[in-house]
Amino acid sequence: MGKANINGFAVEFQDGMTILDAARKVQIDIPTLCKHPDVLASGACGICIVKMKGNNRMLRACCTPIEEGMDIITHDPEIVETRRTVLELILSNHPNDCLQCGRNNNCELQTMASNFGIREIPFPKVVPDIPKDTSTDAIVLDPSKCIKCGRCVEMCQHVQDVWALSFLDRGIDTRISPAGDILLGDSPCVRCGQCSAHCPTGAIFEQDDTAKVWKVLQDPDKYCVVQIAPAVRVAVGEGFGLPPGTNLTGKLYTLLRRLGFKAVFDTNFSADVTIMEEGSEFVQRFVHKKGPLPLITTCCPSWVDYMEKFDPDMIEHFSSAKSPQEMLGALSKTYYAQKNDLDPAKIVNISVMPCTAKKYELKRSKSMYSSGYQDTDIVITTRELIRMIKQAGIEFTNLPEEQPDHIMGDYTGAGTIFGATGGVMEAALRTAYHLVTQKELGRVEFENVRGLKGVKETSVFIEGTEIKIAVAHGLGNVEYVINKIRQGKKEGKMPYHFVEVMACPGGCIGGGGQPYGITDAVRTQRTQGLYSDDEKSTLRCSHHNPYVKKLYDEFLGHPLSHKAHELLHTRYVPRPEYKK
Amino acid sequence: MGYEKRIFICDTDGGNIKPFEDALNANLRAEGLVEKVQIVRLADAGIYRKGVMVKVTPENIVYIDVKMDDIKKIVDSTVKMGQAAPDIAQKPPEKQLKIVLRNCGNVDPERIEDYVALDGYKALSKVLESMNPDQVIDEMKKSGLRGRGGGGYPTGLKWSFARKVQDDQKFIICNGDEGDPGAYMDRSVLEGDPHSVLEGMTIGGYAIGASKGFLYIRAEYPLAVARVEKAIEQARASGFLGKNIFGSGFDFDLEVRLGAGAFVCGEETALIASVEGKRGCPRPRPPFPAVKGLWNKPTIINNVETLANIPYIFLNGAENFAKIGTESSRGTKVFAVTGKVKHSGLVEVPMGTTLREIVFDIGGGILDDKKIKAVQTGGPSGGVIPENFLDTPVDYDNLGKLGSIMGSGGMIVMDEGDCVVDISKFYLGFCVDESCGKCAPCRIGGKQMLTILEKISQGKGELSDLDNLRKISFAMKKASLCGLGQTASNPVLSTLRYFELDYKQHVVDKRCFQGKCKDLFVFTIIQDKCKKCSLCQRNCPVDAISGSREEGFLIDQKKCTRCGRCFEACKFDAISR
Repeated sequence: MGKANINGFAVEFQDGMTILDAARKVQIDIPTLCKHPDVLASGACGICIVKMKGNNRMLRACCTPIEEGMDIITHDPEIVETRRTVLELILSNHPNDCLQCGRNNNCELQTMASNFGIREIPFPKVVPDIPKDTSTDAIVLDPSKCIKCGRCVEMCQHVQDVWALSFLDRGIDTRISPAGDILLGDSPCVRCGQCSAHCPTGAIFEQDDTAKVWKVLQDPDKYCVVQIAPAVRVAVGEGFGLPPGTNLTGKLYTLLRRLGFKAVFDTNFSADVTIMEEGSEFVQRFVHKKGPLPLITTCCPSWVDYMEKFDPDMIEHFSSAKSPQEMLGALSKTYYAQKNDLDPAKIVNISVMPCTAKKYELKRSKSMYSSGYQDTDIVITTRELIRMIKQAGIEFTNLPEEQPDHIMGDYTGAGTIFGATGGVMEAALRTAYHLVTQKELGRVEFENVRGLKGVKETSVFIEGTEIKIAVAHGLGNVEYVINKIRQGKKEGKMPYHFVEVMACPGGCIGGGGQPYGITDAVRTQRTQGLYSDDEKSTLRCSHHNPYVKKLYDEFLGHPLSHKAHELLHTRYVPRPEYKK
Repeated sequence: MGYEKRIFICDTDGGNIKPFEDALNANLRAEGLVEKVQIVRLADAGIYRKGVMVKVTPENIVYIDVKMDDIKKIVDSTVKMGQAAPDIAQKPPEKQLKIVLRNCGNVDPERIEDYVALDGYKALSKVLESMNPDQVIDEMKKSGLRGRGGGGYPTGLKWSFARKVQDDQKFIICNGDEGDPGAYMDRSVLEGDPHSVLEGMTIGGYAIGASKGFLYIRAEYPLAVARVEKAIEQARASGFLGKNIFGSGFDFDLEVRLGAGAFVCGEETALIASVEGKRGCPRPRPPFPAVKGLWNKPTIINNVETLANIPYIFLNGAENFAKIGTESSRGTKVFAVTGKVKHSGLVEVPMGTTLREIVFDIGGGILDDKKIKAVQTGGPSGGVIPENFLDTPVDYDNLGKLGSIMGSGGMIVMDEGDCVVDISKFYLGFCVDESCGKCAPCRIGGKQMLTILEKISQGKGELSDLDNLRKISFAMKKASLCGLGQTASNPVLSTLRYFELDYKQHVVDKRCFQGKCKDLFVFTIIQDKCKKCSLCQRNCPVDAISGSREEGFLIDQKKCTRCGRCFEACKFDAISR
């Protein structure tokens, strides 16, 4: 705690606050292009400079701790002019092709240029000519648009611990690239897309598959089926000025029908199916000792990719259950096709996901073709859907609310919380309790697995038996859990029985394909949106979902049945970190 | 069995000294002196400009520009008789005061006995036996020693910060990543007197509470690395490093780390990143390394020259050291004087010596007795100081007031034939090459300034370019992350300040009157001097010269590509440019 002065306003600050943080407390916005709350300040852009009385130098507000008695000036003609020069320099090193850029109207650099009223750049253009890297099918790297803020590298190396992206070369030739100047697709990249979600410009961008979707929607021979992931419904509104966490499920169903989809399903339904499979698998291993513990969740394709590359010794712990997206894709071309007498060859399964890695998951192994066709065909992210809505000329936020198509659209509260860290665990525990005891829980909430703490370790008791669990999100937090498992294996004493991992901080609500501007505050709001959806649901456990029951009664038989294994389960193989 | 005499040899032109050494060796063998006389090769011999330098100790007789024929004379009169050979002897210039370089050339850097014989490690023993760490720091504060690497931060104060932080592990690092073009004072100390640096580090380690130190030396200095490593081994064997030094209970050891040749790794936080095995980029400060440095432990980084001062301070007393120099800058400074000066080399003078004394009294004046234009100090990010400020006493503050810096002690003398645009381009080009690329002001600003300077030197400059140079300079100074970017524009800013006319000649008149900017040359035949020999016409590759041996010759400026072949070919200086 201390007191300082900013532009003459007295400000009280807590220890550890920077000048930038303290200024925000008195409604002063110091511009910056590199600082993001999710990463450590690097001081790269040089825009947030401020003056301190009695010091001739200018200080970086983003990384200078505020101290007792400091007298800071954040805006005066000299400071603003210096910022403007730095901004002009950055623009002289940028293509400035805003009209053709995916970040048009949604770019931090563009906004700043607009705010500063930049009308001309007095310096010659020195723009690097570096080709785009499209090798991942999920994320496109366009280094010529990069302003070297370093957020993506920080996210990739320190938050996600993947180390696919780094800076190469020096001076004016500095650029982002996988180490060794290889393609991103040949690097350890797990396609989580956190780089793209944190990029202030268009230098890292999701692979845009909207054109593919428009094309199949207009093809009279195709039967387009869509699913929306849990986390999409509480974030899509941000593209239309609504606060994070606003639940737009009903409007999304209406919208997707108006866009031309023949069947509108919900990934929340297949999340319920996932719980039936994964929950049963857990019971098999925990109660009947068939298979090693802990069981580790596998809904997240980035986590699966990460594990196959970095922790292949964990494969035996992995749930063989596919992700909800892939389960729904497989069921759409089998169960749904049969019920409605459709030719599965004509069905195109499109999913709207908060995630860039889902684009990679489509073809990740042979199991993704279990229906006899590619189970899911196209993935678009929340950001792509927002663009499609705007192109379609639909007043999205004024739409009436409709219901999904019933056979695979209805969900329970357990399915919807999949989108937040701890959600899969909580949903699984609700059903596991029933599977073990054949009783129903009085109170279904497991608060200890909720929240943004990087690793949540806790225990639950089912009829006096302790289940030790761990929930990790943000890949940088995984190593701690994995090392504990390895240690436990060595000592013959397992620290956990059940582990949930989500690659992105906050879980899918903080996914790499979600609307820009992610912070912990936004994560909390989106998460709240999902938990409210759960609370409002009349059914809150996956095994209560009548359509899930129907699915097993009419088609799959029972969880972990032969047919379920064929369609809803997969295998894992160790993969090299580097392809070449 | 020690040697009776020692002969130090050095080829100051940087040539191969081996044949000379062999001849000297043969001569000594013939005289039966091989056992008694040791030959020591030096990398640098101080302020001598030409040829082979030979110094015989203990007589301390120094010869320069020694030829093979002189070997016998030197052996006969100096080695055998202890007298100077009259034809070739030359005494070193005066006005210098050697503290940092006190032992360079007087000890065999590969023999710890030599260093010990000259009171080596006596300061360390005094410190460990009679002083506590706080007293050591007080003594350093009293000495007024400021960092010699460029920043000029008071060393004692820096140490006190690391001392105050409680931690189980602290480090001291010797910054030997000397990268300024033309500077080699650190190299000379590391090669010529490594033990004084080791002793300084050990004293520093004791003061701050570090048990481990690293010497970060650039890999391009293999001799320095080899000698430092040998010195560490010898110091360990003698009990000056390792466990329980002098029975004091103080443990301290050293290790060498190699720099990979990036200039920016001389910056403290970039150096730390490099030692940790990361990309050599600076990070924001605070936290300062003294609080959170190498592997997040409190770390003190001192320059080679700073460290070499420390044993002297404790041997002779801080008060005596503080008597040398000026009010704000105590002690001496080593400069690497080069450029258009008669004697280039290392000079060590008390702070407060004027630039004129350094250039004219020690350096012998300007080459070919031309007119001096300016002195550039502080390496690539220093500024130029014009002739009318040459009587300024050199210290940290005075150089700063003149728009330059002390830097690590580079000093380049420019004569009237030097073009400031050309010089600025060279220095800025160096910093642009060496920018780590992390922060935008330095990365792009440097490149843009260089682009503008190139434009000016090609005759495409506009007056608004001069404003843009100033504008970018200001932003780089204020908004760059580290010292490299903050000072990279100094050469441009200071030349714009003192030599704006030269820039305007380039921009408005499109002429470089110093004859350095090739694109601005206008080759013309001076008809009075022309002997009509036709050599120029025959050498012109583009047929731009018309005329005949009868009528004389003319250069068609439209066709001329300014290649300069005519200018070089003319034997009568009849072509001007």
